Amino acid sequence: MATTAEGFDVHSDHSHDAHDHADHKPGFFVRWFMSTNHKDIGTMYLIFAVIAGIVGGAISGIMRVELAEPGIQYLGWWARAMGGADDINTALHMWNVFITAHGLIMVFFMVMPAMIGGFGNWFVPLMIGAPDMAFPRMNNVSFWLTVAGFFSLLFSLFVPGGSGPGAGTGWTVYAPLSTSGSVGPAVDFAIFSLHLAGAGSILGATNFITTIFNMRAPGMTLHKMPLFVWSVLVTAFLLLLALPVLAAAITMLLTDRNFGTTFFDPAGGGDPVLYQHLFWFFGHPEVYIMILPGFGMISQIVATFSRKPVFGYLGMAYAMVAIGVVGFIVWAHHMYTVGLDVNTKMYFTAATMVIAVPTGVKIFSWIATMWGGSISFKSPMVWSMGFIFLFTVGGVTGVVLANGGIDDNLHDTYYVVAHFHYVLSMGAVFSLFAGFYYWFPKMSGRMHSELLSHLHFWTFFIGVNVIFFPQHFLGMQGMPRRYPDYPEAFTFWHEVSTYGYYIMAGSMIFFFVNIAYALMAGKKAAANPWGEGATTLEWTLPSPPPYHQFETLPVITDAHDYHDHRPATA
Amino acid sequence: MATMPPVSQHAARRNLRVGLLAFAGALAMLGLGYASVPLYRLFCQATGFGGTTMTATENEAASAARLATGQTISIRFDATTAGDMPWTFRPSQATDTITIGERDIATFVARNGTSRPITGMATYNVTPEKAGKYFNKIQCFCFTQQTLQPGQEVTMPVLYYVDPAMLDDPNMRGVEQITLSYTFHRAADPVKPAPARAN
Repeated sequence: MATTAEGFDVHSDHSHDAHDHADHKPGFFVRWFMSTNHKDIGTMYLIFAVIAGIVGGAISGIMRVELAEPGIQYLGWWARAMGGADDINTALHMWNVFITAHGLIMVFFMVMPAMIGGFGNWFVPLMIGAPDMAFPRMNNVSFWLTVAGFFSLLFSLFVPGGSGPGAGTGWTVYAPLSTSGSVGPAVDFAIFSLHLAGAGSILGATNFITTIFNMRAPGMTLHKMPLFVWSVLVTAFLLLLALPVLAAAITMLLTDRNFGTTFFDPAGGGDPVLYQHLFWFFGHPEVYIMILPGFGMISQIVATFSRKPVFGYLGMAYAMVAIGVVGFIVWAHHMYTVGLDVNTKMYFTAATMVIAVPTGVKIFSWIATMWGGSISFKSPMVWSMGFIFLFTVGGVTGVVLANGGIDDNLHDTYYVVAHFHYVLSMGAVFSLFAGFYYWFPKMSGRMHSELLSHLHFWTFFIGVNVIFFPQHFLGMQGMPRRYPDYPEAFTFWHEVSTYGYYIMAGSMIFFFVNIAYALMAGKKAAANPWGEGATTLEWTLPSPPPYHQFETLPVITDAHDYHDHRPATA
Repeated sequence: MATMPPVSQHAARRNLRVGLLAFAGALAMLGLGYASVPLYRLFCQATGFGGTTMTATENEAASAARLATGQTISIRFDATTAGDMPWTFRPSQATDTITIGERDIATFVARNGTSRPITGMATYNVTPEKAGKYFNKIQCFCFTQQTLQPGQEVTMPVLYYVDPAMLDDPNMRGVEQITLSYTFHRAADPVKPAPARAN
């Protein structure tokens, strides 16, 4: 088996006198506020995502506590606390504000910044042997646009938005609720927040595409790129093609709201259903934007800890391409109930189910990678295996929901909520934690505690399953989404679901204690703490990597085809 | 500015080219987003998507009438007004049974009970939505804006026929009634007085 460092000369970058230059860092303000360094920007994205995740997670806590029993318990208090009126309509409006904020924050300010901005920025240049991103200053602009977008969304909570403070439109911002249905500037600020975050992501996507196409080290062909890099490349294309459509749609919402246009207003010849088409033309690729980088991370991690090359490398890469392409032509399965005719529904049902094929290829290949491998159950690996299991559960309910006929019954119920939380709050989030524990030693230079990571995994695993599995039952029984109250028949499973939230929230203590422990007292991490299975370029650098890396580009040869861990020939 | 690793002139140009291409792709998608508005309207008009009815000429109506087989279908009429429209608006007949292929006239009655002239514009569709492409209007009050003087009551006609081609469409099997629905919206007044708001 090829040993990692052999054949790469990258160690010489920092192993002698070049070190001082490579590790020269600017002062605090310049380093963090005017940063052009992909690793620093990646770190800022990760910290930002953790903060946004705490906010978004706290909001879901507010919602779970309210849902623990029938009736309206706490919404009135929140309405008054946010400066709203003391009546039931304002209280109910607060509910809409919470679901909106939770969705938007988790999608645009937690998962996307962590996956693409955080791990993408950190590891795409390292894995392809590039010194930095192609446009380092634009990278900085992307980050601060995202932060500005977050603040615009938070600001919207404190201005009027219809029946109370904040934007209560749902993350989909459907017209007419978001146009004539929500007077006041809150929805405008929420839309502006999406503009800012979207612009940041489009710039970031441009940056990733250029970096991956132009800045690969000599010998690193596209078909030798690590799968994580492939996943970010596909994601960047999805961002580039999907986000502008959202930008167009929400700009039309803004002009409908403020300048008297009627794009989505039937009174002037518009059609609110057109907004739904535009939104989901963006929205469906968006769900793959959130999960594809996770797929990439899982591929790296499973191969590393099985000490085997990933099974079917090309199939894995092109499965992601296929998911990305087909992801653009299935959008109307989110809107089966708008009155599509039978043939349209048949097409979207069939096209949606086709996506299960490349996804199945990936699941199969991960399992085949583990099969016969010398598996070590380190923390990134257990999170990855949790990911594979839970993502498959979410995928199966996805196949159920893909059916136009069944969806007529399940549309906008808790079954849908359970489905997309299994693929996102367990799929995407488990892959984020897997990636975090995988790369934390590389990023920080410190080892985290395996014990705490495993405790975190098991408590989190139990917690999220207790939250979301019963929601399948609620949905099958008819509990609709986006309601703060329900008949008593639904009480039991709602109560269970809320207990699950407490377990999940408790498990996060392990996560934060673990980070604090690692940073204060963690063992110093070696360049490659994971052993011979970790063969990508980032493990050839010390932990943490020098401020500037690869000033002498590494050369990738066939004999050291690192993603394809076949023994070196000769 | 933080220090950046040096990039050769050539590499910078290559990066700029790919970056600009990618950005142009994003701009093209932005354009497509806006282009979707007229495209969607054309698509609905061409396919009857979403219950959009067809518009027919006298000649088309005459040729459709020759294909009439004598089979009948029930048409139900529905009239509503948007929230900000003070007119009363109702169909003169609740239902009508017509021969498929032959033209028929239905009337609606609109009355402006306020003391100001008001201009309205009707939107329309049919259900089941799959019937849209077979429901042809020859003349309709909904093709233009209508203005009613204070207290004025007007009978508004629509001249229509149902295309006999629906009898050959397996999707239309079992459809025994088509509902024709109108909603009158208040058209934007040429000089709109600032709406008085209670403060």
